[in-house]
Amino acid sequence: MSLGLLLLLLIGLAGLGFVAGRQRALAAVRGDARDLHSLPAYYGQAVALAAAVPAALLMLVWLIVQPLAVERSTLALILPEDIGAGSSRELVMADIRRIAEGMEVLVASGTANEGEIVALASQPEALKARLAEVNVALAAPISAHVAGAALVYRQSMATGQGAMAVAVLALAVAGFLLALWRVTPQFRARNVVERVMQVLLIAASSIAILTTAGIIFSLVFESWHFFQLYPARDFFLSLTWSPKFGGGSDLGLWPLLWGTLYVSAIALLVAVPIGLMAAIYLSEYASPALRAVAKPAIEILAGIPSIVYGLFALMTVGPFLRDWFAQPMGLGDSSSSVMTAGVVMGIMLIPYVSSLSDDIINAVPQALRDGSYAIGATQSETIRQVVFPAALPGIVGAILMAASRAIGETMIVVLGAGAAAKLDLNPFEAMTTVTVKIVSQLTGDTEFASPETLVAFALGLTLFVFTLGLNVLALYIVRKYREQYE
Amino acid sequence: MTAPSLAAPAPAKGASLIAPDARTRRRNASERRFRLLGLSAVGLGLLALVVLLTSVLGNGLSAFRQTWITVPVTLDAALLDKEGNRNPEEMRQVTTLGYGKLLEAALIAALAEKGIATDALSEKEVTGLLSKEAAADLRTAVLADPSLVGQTLTFRALATSRIDGYFKGRVTRESAARDANVTPAQLDLADRMAAAGLIGTQGNAGFLTRPDASELRPEAAGLGVAILGSAYMMVVVLVLSLPIGVAASIYLEELAPRNRWTDLIEINIANLAAVPSIVYGILALALFINILGLPQSAPLVGGLVLTLMTLPTIIIATRASLKAVPPSIRDAALGVGASKMQAIFHHVLPLAMPGILTGTILGLARALGESAPLLLIGMVAFVRDFPGAPPQGLLDPAAALPVQVYSWTQRADPAFVERASGAIIVLLAFLLAMNALAIILRRRFERRW
Repeated sequence: MSLGLLLLLLIGLAGLGFVAGRQRALAAVRGDARDLHSLPAYYGQAVALAAAVPAALLMLVWLIVQPLAVERSTLALILPEDIGAGSSRELVMADIRRIAEGMEVLVASGTANEGEIVALASQPEALKARLAEVNVALAAPISAHVAGAALVYRQSMATGQGAMAVAVLALAVAGFLLALWRVTPQFRARNVVERVMQVLLIAASSIAILTTAGIIFSLVFESWHFFQLYPARDFFLSLTWSPKFGGGSDLGLWPLLWGTLYVSAIALLVAVPIGLMAAIYLSEYASPALRAVAKPAIEILAGIPSIVYGLFALMTVGPFLRDWFAQPMGLGDSSSSVMTAGVVMGIMLIPYVSSLSDDIINAVPQALRDGSYAIGATQSETIRQVVFPAALPGIVGAILMAASRAIGETMIVVLGAGAAAKLDLNPFEAMTTVTVKIVSQLTGDTEFASPETLVAFALGLTLFVFTLGLNVLALYIVRKYREQYE
Repeated sequence: MTAPSLAAPAPAKGASLIAPDARTRRRNASERRFRLLGLSAVGLGLLALVVLLTSVLGNGLSAFRQTWITVPVTLDAALLDKEGNRNPEEMRQVTTLGYGKLLEAALIAALAEKGIATDALSEKEVTGLLSKEAAADLRTAVLADPSLVGQTLTFRALATSRIDGYFKGRVTRESAARDANVTPAQLDLADRMAAAGLIGTQGNAGFLTRPDASELRPEAAGLGVAILGSAYMMVVVLVLSLPIGVAASIYLEELAPRNRWTDLIEINIANLAAVPSIVYGILALALFINILGLPQSAPLVGGLVLTLMTLPTIIIATRASLKAVPPSIRDAALGVGASKMQAIFHHVLPLAMPGILTGTILGLARALGESAPLLLIGMVAFVRDFPGAPPQGLLDPAAALPVQVYSWTQRADPAFVERASGAIIVLLAFLLAMNALAIILRRRFERRW
């Protein structure tokens, strides 16, 4: 039974439960709702919830646990001799999964029935040929034992699916009947429904915690795998980054970190002066008409996806900087460079700096300005010597948030900064960043369990710690500052 | 209080309030400089926006136009339908190659009929004007409508990307001389054909409906699969993040006691909003693909990651609009005997709904433009087949709009740059529409208390 059908059945049962519960409650008091504890609809909702919620939870858990369990039992079936030279247990498992999928395709396309599939499993060569006919190509030759394991895998998956459908439906019907049986005029339906609702609301709000836990768990777990394959000392101290597919790679963090910080520094050098001055001008000088046009226009920059900035860097800014600056000055002839990525990222960050600073400047009490004007200061002197120092902590917070965004930005540097990991001072040289290498290490075709792939998780962990630290620091500074005026 | 003993400079002789002295002039000049600096910063910001948009529009608008070769093709029944019963199943046996020969012959015949000299070119160079995809298009058209066989059809065939680039100004005779894929003589022929009305640049609806095409056929590449994949993902994000986000916000804003647990949730939401998007991609790869075994490149997985990313945005927006509903509404509901849940679900939530929907649409717009996490879950894969109908189609491989842009920028042929910019225009158009919808919702329904 397909998942969609099962879900539809559950929803149907819940709907039926609503009608049945409501009817039964009304029937118990001969249609006089005043004799019920709760409004009639609450009896319906109680039955609907009892039918749908436990069954849906069971289905969710089953969907998560079943593949894990089946995989584990199939892994146990793999014999040492099934694992060929250069192969691994995981690769054989992947083959098994692929064969099982292929068998599914064979059955679905009507070229083989269940009996033929079982027969085919004992003739690996014929099986491989049949699979190739339906575009399921297998690299390695199949041994009879692996084909058998695939058969077991496929059967236990199918049994699991069937068992799930039965269990979920049974639970739903049981919940339905139990709740319906409990419907009496004295049943405190509203209280029950509201308590269940509250639990569901709490569960929804815990997803934020689960996400953070998931991020930390996946990063730490895979990074730990990585550090078992590759010494942590080399990762944190080595100055070279040169992954090799054959093994023996140098995976030093520093060239990537240097590129990241260099690009971010240039981005901030562009974004902070422009963003800050724009915020000052718009909040202190600009006429309402100009402000009404310019402020939203600059904020459009924040709504443009970063892939657009990446393409802008690749097509326009990169060639422009190369032809007008790098080549005439003899600093290189690469269109992707730290400068390209930095300038474009700076443009992206202008609205972050300006709108945050704008809020902060507006929060400085007017009395401070009035006092300054009263002793004869000009407007710019007031801004520089009174408003700016008062707003400074908030502005620093805004800059730190912009910095954290710059460090985590991916698409601009993937398209604009280049892929060569080096420690260089020349801003017109192509360099690479942490995020670029996460993308390139995880989108390649390398084996998942190799240090070259797993290093991406260690890089991700570094990135996560950096951005989290900057954000916590920024929030701390902003919060501390706010206490002064409120 | 004594008078402050400032060491004020003695006023210069003849100091006047009307004629400013040197110091005042200096201060006023610095005031003007500062103002100018501020104005130029605003100007720079606006200039950046204008340059960005014009650069993308300038490069991409031509993707919506395409060069077509229009020739009459006689669909020979003896060749295409040997059995003569117009059965599409049997006609499928004629491959694209067969249709290609037909089309090439038709082109040469049309050239001869118009009296266009092709002496300087080999036959291969002449037929080289046609895209490799044109024959496949012809085959699809015939299989869709078998009654065409035996008739003469005026067929619009795609020209190759080099010829297309010539009509759009990307390819010149100098670049053609250095190019292995096109010769200046072919460009001359294209000019003569244009004069005879055989070739021309027209609108290209296929850019929005066709699937991606291989590296060698940029002229046939379209956004169909990417748009559908993005739409699937947006549906997943909407279906998951709106109920979960609203439920979480209601709990945190209306019901939660102030304790360690809710503080922890609040801190978490604030931090999740600032986690780099690529980290979500790593989470998705580790959790959804490696542990749960969901397929790569599936819109469902993409939708799940984007849901996790948008949730903080939606929660923050929803809480703001719940907070904006005045407490008197709640008090009045409680006063006439409603329970707390009834007050929330019957009164507060409907009043907050416009704000919630606005926030949700803005969150969706952000999710639509996100590409970094999708790269990690395999959305860069080359996908030519349209995903099936949901719910099963949610597990089929698909592309996504922003990721399609990325994969086109990674291809060698410069024609793909035009396609990538065109895809950006489509993406920006969707974003603009969503933002406009959000603004209209806010204007029409939001109440000020």
